[in-house]
Amino acid sequence: MAIIENPLELESGDVVRVAERPLGVLTRPSGNTGWQSWLFTVDHKRIGIMYGAFAMFFFLIGGLEALAIRLQLAVPNGKILSPETYNQVFTMHGVTMIFLVIMPLAAAFANYLLPLQLGARDVAFPRMNALSLWVFLAGGIFLCSSLFIGGWFENVPNGGWFNYAPNSGTLFSPTKGIDFYAIGLQILGIASLVSAINLIVTTLNMRAEGMSLMRMPVLSWMLLVVQFLLLFALPVITVALFLLMFDRLWGANFFNVEMGADPLLWQHLFWIFGHPEVYILILPSFGIISEVIPVFSRKPIFGYSFMVGSGIAIGFLGWGVWAHHMFVSGIGPISVAAFSVSTMMIAVPTGVKILNWVATMWGGRIQLTTAMLFAVGVVSMFTIGGLSGVTHAASAADTQQTDTYYIVAHFHYVIFGGALLGIFSGFYFWWPKMFGYKLNETWGKWNFWLQIVGFNLTFGPMHILGLQGMSRRIDSYDPGYGFELWNMVSSIGSFVIFAGVFIFLINVFVSKRQAEHLPPVGPDPWDARSLEWMTASPTPEHNFDTEIVIDSLDHFWHQKYGYDDDGNVVRIAYAEDVAHDGSATNVHLPSPSYWPIVLASGFPFVGYGLIYNYWLCAIGGFLIVGAIFGWVFEHPDDPDAAHGHHDDHGDDDGHDGHEVDEGTTENAEADLVTADSATDAGEASDG
Amino acid sequence: MAEAVLDHADAHDAHDAHEGHVHKTNTGMSNNKLAMWVFLGSECLLFGGLISTYLLYRHNIQDGPGPSEEFFDIPFTSASSFVLLMSSLTMVLAHSAAERGDQKRLKIWLLSTALLGSVFVSGQIYEFTVFVREGLGWSTSPFSSAFYALTGFHGVHVTIGIIMLLSTFISTLRGRMHPGNAETVEIVGLYWHFVDIVWVFIFTVIYLAA
Repeated sequence: MAIIENPLELESGDVVRVAERPLGVLTRPSGNTGWQSWLFTVDHKRIGIMYGAFAMFFFLIGGLEALAIRLQLAVPNGKILSPETYNQVFTMHGVTMIFLVIMPLAAAFANYLLPLQLGARDVAFPRMNALSLWVFLAGGIFLCSSLFIGGWFENVPNGGWFNYAPNSGTLFSPTKGIDFYAIGLQILGIASLVSAINLIVTTLNMRAEGMSLMRMPVLSWMLLVVQFLLLFALPVITVALFLLMFDRLWGANFFNVEMGADPLLWQHLFWIFGHPEVYILILPSFGIISEVIPVFSRKPIFGYSFMVGSGIAIGFLGWGVWAHHMFVSGIGPISVAAFSVSTMMIAVPTGVKILNWVATMWGGRIQLTTAMLFAVGVVSMFTIGGLSGVTHAASAADTQQTDTYYIVAHFHYVIFGGALLGIFSGFYFWWPKMFGYKLNETWGKWNFWLQIVGFNLTFGPMHILGLQGMSRRIDSYDPGYGFELWNMVSSIGSFVIFAGVFIFLINVFVSKRQAEHLPPVGPDPWDARSLEWMTASPTPEHNFDTEIVIDSLDHFWHQKYGYDDDGNVVRIAYAEDVAHDGSATNVHLPSPSYWPIVLASGFPFVGYGLIYNYWLCAIGGFLIVGAIFGWVFEHPDDPDAAHGHHDDHGDDDGHDGHEVDEGTTENAEADLVTADSATDAGEASDG
Repeated sequence: MAEAVLDHADAHDAHDAHEGHVHKTNTGMSNNKLAMWVFLGSECLLFGGLISTYLLYRHNIQDGPGPSEEFFDIPFTSASSFVLLMSSLTMVLAHSAAERGDQKRLKIWLLSTALLGSVFVSGQIYEFTVFVREGLGWSTSPFSSAFYALTGFHGVHVTIGIIMLLSTFISTLRGRMHPGNAETVEIVGLYWHFVDIVWVFIFTVIYLAA
């Protein structure tokens, strides 16, 4: 693209310097169309979309596993799955839904929205961002390949997602399943750790001018808290997984009770990670509905600083409650009492959030769009899950509830009713921003109602089953205990959920086709408040045409609305007038790179190698080390690569909504991502 | 085509000149340096988990040797610890030379830091062979597993640090380092100092508490 117009004149004898080629073999990837533009992209928006797409694929796998579980338990003495297969299926259901669905779906929103909400060009480390995505995919494929490697359902993890010792040792789990678990989760941990560092630096360093921390949208805040939780929780599970791997592969003694090892070590390490993990799953959803509810209540968020503060408080308190997962493991009355109290304390900031959402809706002009319905669904369903959580915090009651279906009911109310419904709310809310068309509201409402009814049918009865004494993780139950009715209801409910999710997928295709006959959605279809709505839909590759200067919380909303003489809120501008139209050209953007995907591809080789043949480790190690050096010696920012779209037609719709003085951009540094040299080409094409 | 390539090379050079410039960020700290600090925060929890595991299994020695003054060669490990701590000093000198743009001393100090680190790692490997010969295998007891895991993880961290130092050293030979990006040396130094500080804790917990 950048072939220069005037050939350079070389005097004879001059040495033509060949451009630097990383490692002498590969040129940079180029072009921003076709499959290459996705595989080698470093654009945070494309990475976010791919995170979402891969996670939805794993969601279908995890959903099919859930249906298999419910089919097995629909009637007494189910014969669909053998006990061994049942263990594998419920383990993979949990691991898939937590690590391959909810976490990456939250990462999808984090990647797509965080830079936009902060007014940044991209994340701090675009190539590391791509690395996170591909390592996540590599880890997901590695984990799921256990379903068929060495025969169908031969080497699948079968120790539950918590994988307690000593059951996880080679004595009780002789197949390769736990090895896949230990190594697969480590690979996924690398992805999350890289992503956490990247997004923390992005949030702390890359905010637009005037975007102080307390002007960040609540979603950005919650995502920041989540990244800190990941940062500190992941190394703990990494230690646990390493120790487990050492035990299983090389005969160490960390969990070997014959040698006097303490099986509680695993429980402590796991839950020090595992409880913050719960907040890692739920806080992004809290952030999402904190954006959705104000927009559809036509009111600002109630108690912004309390929303932020309670999110941070949840993040802190989340570190002091892990042993409530271990009340029956014999940790002693003082520990139990202390963790009981700290667990109840965490209900306080959570309650603050719920009341603030309600107060935001109170007196608002509520629009019950699908996104809003899902958000209200989160508030109500999470409240139920939170209340049953308080009953676990009371250790005496928990002793009765431990390992029963009551627990299963509880955590599905918080993870499905809280996290997943919030993510669906986010789908409906940000779909027009991501893809340029709205999802159909009629199909959307079918989607919502089927999902919420199916959800309550499935998991509501589990409270009763649990209190009746039905244990978790059993593959069948005898008739005559009073379990038949509610298990059947629950299994029917799971198919209703499936229908709801299926309708969502239909909706995506139906809406896309319908959108061809509808006018474009414009930058701000919901009359929203945060910065991502201040640019065209779908978001142009360069995000914003000019750098934005923020002067208040809900900056974009204040561009659209002001006050008249009587103090009433009045519209002072249309979104189209204040939003950027995405027409800036020649914006300097980070360049695509081969190395992230090459580096990520090395990890599964190392994983299979550790389990089956060390020579594969050598291949993986070669890929990883080679890619790291290629990466280091590749300039992060090739000045010759595709920098935005070079369209040559001028800004012909007449109005120019840029608020920032163009002159300020001339001082902008030619930075990795903050660079903005929109003026050159823009002026050239105008003239 | 040739022109395009040439253009590329020129633009690249022009850009390289810019490279060392510290761009404005909200915190005033560069992205790279902040990322290293954040990463080291995560590393604290990694070593925290390993040290806790060691403390849990310190007395669980089964039939093998245990952590005692007789078993450990404390003078030897103290000497190698001293070598590691001195490498922090040379690292500081390397950073200072980088900031002054003193290429010669930068190279000398980078190389000496890597050398001191290698002496430490060699000492550790030697120590391990002695312990194995004296009957403390990897699988001997929970203590032995925890001991090797903790010191081994630290040794791997030192080794990665040495690779980073040598890569930086090679960059200086290829003329890629200049006063503008002294920060690269500083960031490698952050990691190196962290690894040294962790050793102070490990040395205390394992050897001095024996």
